[in-house]
Amino acid sequence: MKKEMIFAGFGGQGVMLMGRLVAYSGMTEEYHVSWMPSYGPEMRGGTANCTVIVSDKMIPSPLSSKPDIVVAMNLPSMLKFVDTIKPGGKIYVNKSLINQEVERDDIEVIKVPANKIANELGESRIANMVMLGNIICREEFLPLDIVKTSLKEVLPPHRQNLLEINNEALDRGCALA
Amino acid sequence: MQVVAKKPDSLTDKDFHYCPGCTHGIIHRLVAEVMDELDIREKTIGIAPVGCSVLAYEYFDCDMQEASHGRAPAVATGVKRVHPDKVVFTYQGDGDLASIGTAEIVHAANRGENITTIFVNNAIYGMTGGQMAPTTLLGQKTTTSPAGRKKDIAGSPIKISEMLAVLDGAAYIERVSVHDVKHIIKAKKAIKKAFKMQLEGKGFTMIEVLSTCPTNWGIEPVEALKWLEENMIPIYKPQVLKEAGEGE
Amino acid sequence: MAKKILMKGNEAIAEAAVKAGCRYFFGYPITPQNELPAYLSWRLPEVGGVFLQAESEVAASNMVYGAAGAGARVMTSSSSPGISLKAEGISYIAGAELPAVIVNMMRGGPGLGGIQPAQSDYFQATKGMAHGDFRLFVLAPSSVQEAVDLTIDAFELADKYRNPVLLLADGMIGQMMEPVSFERSIDPDDLPDKPWATDGAEGREKNIINSLSLDPAELEKHNQKLKEKYDQMEKEEVRYETYYLDDADIVIVAYGTSARISLSAMELAREEGYKVGLIRPITLFPFPKEIIAKTSEKIDDFLTVEMSTGQMVEDVELAVCANNSSVHFYGRTGGMIPTPEEILAEIKKIGGGK
Repeated sequence: MKKEMIFAGFGGQGVMLMGRLVAYSGMTEEYHVSWMPSYGPEMRGGTANCTVIVSDKMIPSPLSSKPDIVVAMNLPSMLKFVDTIKPGGKIYVNKSLINQEVERDDIEVIKVPANKIANELGESRIANMVMLGNIICREEFLPLDIVKTSLKEVLPPHRQNLLEINNEALDRGCALA
Repeated sequence: MQVVAKKPDSLTDKDFHYCPGCTHGIIHRLVAEVMDELDIREKTIGIAPVGCSVLAYEYFDCDMQEASHGRAPAVATGVKRVHPDKVVFTYQGDGDLASIGTAEIVHAANRGENITTIFVNNAIYGMTGGQMAPTTLLGQKTTTSPAGRKKDIAGSPIKISEMLAVLDGAAYIERVSVHDVKHIIKAKKAIKKAFKMQLEGKGFTMIEVLSTCPTNWGIEPVEALKWLEENMIPIYKPQVLKEAGEGE
Repeated sequence: MAKKILMKGNEAIAEAAVKAGCRYFFGYPITPQNELPAYLSWRLPEVGGVFLQAESEVAASNMVYGAAGAGARVMTSSSSPGISLKAEGISYIAGAELPAVIVNMMRGGPGLGGIQPAQSDYFQATKGMAHGDFRLFVLAPSSVQEAVDLTIDAFELADKYRNPVLLLADGMIGQMMEPVSFERSIDPDDLPDKPWATDGAEGREKNIINSLSLDPAELEKHNQKLKEKYDQMEKEEVRYETYYLDDADIVIVAYGTSARISLSAMELAREEGYKVGLIRPITLFPFPKEIIAKTSEKIDDFLTVEMSTGQMVEDVELAVCANNSSVHFYGRTGGMIPTPEEILAEIKKIGGGK
């Protein structure tokens, strides 16, 4: 088993946290994992992304030139990464913010209304967890309850109060899968 | 037989390499006497600079480190942070401290680094052969200001003690001179006070000592003492520039 | 086994320094290593240590000199342009034979360059850090766990040889997160004695920390003594890792991040039937020239992969020259990172191996 994933969006959408959560959960499940962020000025306002690899073998390159999965939380991210996806791979599209269609027929496109559901839950900042819940339950290489326990570890102390609503978002995303 | 004068214990037996008439020897002795009197020789670490006093580590009979040019306050910071209970001093000339090492001295003072700096100002680079220093007086001839220092080209003499005195971290800054006995006695008092304040944990202390360089000034030793008095004193007035009071 | 933690390279190195008994850090902000000082700024006070942000890189390296001379286990970190500024202090540290650990999270250069990962400071690290006839011990980790292990080793080696040790990584190692465990922990009260340190000459002769020697004969003797240390390092401390040398027809030589990517390229190549092996130097000085030379007895084609326009490749060429093997080179630079596919294309260009 080896999954190469890129999580991308604009700063503030929590794409780094999504990636860290997958990496942390993978580590808990005793997989080899790596998490590599884009860094630099683009982290402010521009697009942010991170590459996460979860594998049952040692991970050679922590970067991915042909990811299995791309998670696009906004349009620039979709446009930036859609062509890199491995044939037969998947793109998760945040339908709430992306109207444009994916023009590839050799990959699977999964549309998730992440922001819409997050807004229904009354907290727009948890769109990332709606998306992640969907990915986890669709991909099935990590159990959702491990992701939830990992969330507790990964969230900084001053965000622990958001634990419950994040879990709810994970569940809602999962239910869509 | 009664001993009326002897070498301080805090100086080694090594003969100074300084030029005839140079006042570094006097200043070394004052520092060493103070170390003896405060009984701190075995708990003092000195930092020697680059410049004429580069070999100071051979003369002071305490632990010594030789720093790179201008960095003595940074080196002293490293030492003091490791041994806050020890006494740490830097001994620096004006090229070292007032030119290449300005960042280091300003920030050591600003941090209130609990060290003592002996700043020997003779208005010229000595070791390298008499080049203009930032402390060189206007009109003073050096090998790199052969027509005399000009303000429009090289600016005015830098007054480091005045500069550092405005910093909160500076606990005690005094400018002294060693051109006559009266001033030498005053200089020693100031140096002793600086070390005492360090022992009390008061923060950064610096004594600027006006000094002669007959060789590079191109005059006789006795004349040099007079030159210092007549030319340097008016620009670099000996005075207490900063003394943090109690509770400050 | 200690619990695994998911940590960024920069933070993991910082924690490893604490575990190595290091209690003093002097540094200056520069991307992409900022998480390292930020971590130590709270972690060192927690264990009774000192974190100090210096006024400049130059001051920081001279503070390290002072603290090392005072007998402390001490460290600094920076990235390429900052290391150039630190070079002054590093030369004095080497000259005065002081143990200290320096981290360089390389970024693209020259000049201000960029902030993305690069390996363009190999020459600086292994040959030309600063003026004078000296060498740094250079360790090049290729994973976060290895960065942890080598950081602890770096302090031990620095003390063993009384020589500065450089941990040479890049922005990628610094920024990425991988699981790490901290197996070793050294008590700072249990470090080797340093009878040469300046800690106040109480009841003993004075100690002097110094790199000045005005007598050329003396200075030559000092340089010879340093050379003996470097020779001993070359004899006893070489570290490397090899893959598939038994059946390989083409051997990649790469370190750090390049090695990680080359491993992926090697897997791709093997899937396509190319018999590719790999040598990964872990110590860049001492350089693992013997294993490369030995491998060149039966390998005609070497491919050096670096994030530079070609620096380590010169050492590979030197190592294989007795056997006339060809040394090919593939490099990306300026913050660009080679992809496994690009390296595979180079392998195919070299041909053979299939």
